[in-house]
Amino acid sequence: MTQRLNLTVDRIKCDGRGLCAELLPELIRLDDWGYPILAAGPIPEHLLPLAQRAVEDCPVLALAIRRAEAVKG
Amino acid sequence: MTRLHAPDAMSPLPRAGGELIDAIQWAGLVGRGGAGFSTAVKWRAVVERSRGQAVIVVNGAEGEPQSKKDRVLMSMRPHLVLDGAFLAARVLHARRVVLYIGERHDAARAAMLRALAERPDQDRRITSFVPAPARYVAGAEAAAVHMINEGVATPTNVPPYPFERGVDGAPTLVQNVETLAHVALIARTGMRPTTSLITMAGAVARPGVIEVEAGTTIGGAIERAGGAGSSSRAVLVGGYFGSWVDTQRGWDIPLDHAALRQHGLGLGCGVIGVLSHSRCPVCETAGIMRYLAGESSAQCGPCFFGLRALADACTRIAESGTNGQDLERLRRWTVDVSGRGACRHPDGAVMFLQSSLQVFADEFSRHPAHGLRRTA
Ligand SMILES: Cc1cc2nc3c(=O)[nH]c(=O)nc-3n(C[C@H](O)[C@H](O)[C@H](O)COP(=O)(O)O)c2cc1C
Ligand code: SF4
Ligand code: SF4
Repeated sequence: MTQRLNLTVDRIKCDGRGLCAELLPELIRLDDWGYPILAAGPIPEHLLPLAQRAVEDCPVLALAIRRAEAVKG
Repeated sequence: MTRLHAPDAMSPLPRAGGELIDAIQWAGLVGRGGAGFSTAVKWRAVVERSRGQAVIVVNGAEGEPQSKKDRVLMSMRPHLVLDGAFLAARVLHARRVVLYIGERHDAARAAMLRALAERPDQDRRITSFVPAPARYVAGAEAAAVHMINEGVATPTNVPPYPFERGVDGAPTLVQNVETLAHVALIARTGMRPTTSLITMAGAVARPGVIEVEAGTTIGGAIERAGGAGSSSRAVLVGGYFGSWVDTQRGWDIPLDHAALRQHGLGLGCGVIGVLSHSRCPVCETAGIMRYLAGESSAQCGPCFFGLRALADACTRIAESGTNGQDLERLRRWTVDVSGRGACRHPDGAVMFLQSSLQVFADEFSRHPAHGLRRTA
């Protein structure tokens, strides 16, 4: 079984400087105030390494990769 | 069967266990705090985690400015609300009950504490009172838990949800006071509750709380409140997180969840706000958006900046007249902001705005520059 992995962002922690959107424009764009808008759905396999990198480089550790069922309800 | 006007007295609780959850499910009870979520599903989520540690939060924050029904219910039938709370405590094996009541709802708090003093020792001992700050988001589930735990009434990230880890880190049921009253009636009578509490606001002859029978239409409720004459333009169903409907189109829609949903509406917190023809819907919308933006807890960027920007754009249209750029921004930003906060405050505000843009499309597309008239 392949795991469906999603990007999630902690909206309270995120301070919106948008580093993640620079690293991963394929999946993250910024709204008019500089906060990330994440593409819906699982992270495509070939983008996983970049997503991992964006998670590690987020200065406030707001970005995470979660198993798909753990997204907000 | 009326609830508001029946005498309110302490009487021993019926014996209750897991079968009460089945009865609640059979009765189709959904939350009256705004979200309309299945009460039985919530109780099951708590009971299976409880291990004697669960906490019941009686949500009487009633932060919606136009809503009065929770206050009136707590003032008139405090024992009925407490019945529901202590039934929940028994069925969910709770060790603590917290009365979370709006700090400005003086009569409601006094009535609830007076009634509490009449309850048996075993119930009083586990119960405490925490005032809810008079802010819109203070009544949100996670904010209530945060306030009770740490004295800060702002929402926190979920998960963990309150039913997983809430007050004292224990599985927690946060339940609206009217929902709890319904639980008590189900337990005492074995019947489905047939009425709900509605706050009539705006351009009706007699604003205030009414109790309506199932099947009562929006028009019927307006007539119960003394009518709105022929001068009503639209009705806001469900409070500030609700949706507008043209008065004529909405008149015959029954105030129940299924019927409302078919028309893209929801009962929400039970406010029916009638907008008179003499009021400008664009200015009304701008005023409400300004209020909701100011009630953001300012923790999440898209909510704090997004709602402020939306309110600003509405205000510009209200004060300086329609301009295509702001209309385009409103459409884009409502989509951008939705679903991007730790709580549902931005979602509720955006739903309200989207319905304004739809129902008042004409007014928004050619609004004259006539300044922002503040609304009552
Ligand atoms: C911003 C916001 C404010 C809320 N304010 C209240 C409130 O004042 N009172 C209330 O009962 N529920 C309020 N709610 C809903 C609660 O989160 C929760 O759904 C409710 O108390 C659960 O009880 P119920 O299932 O019986 O409705 C609010 C929700 C949000 C997102
Ligand atoms: S890098 Fe982190 S803090 Fe910066 S915008 Fe992205 S998620 Fe937010
Ligand atoms: S979404 Fe808005 S109201 Fe909710 S926690 Fe974030 S900033 Fe506060």
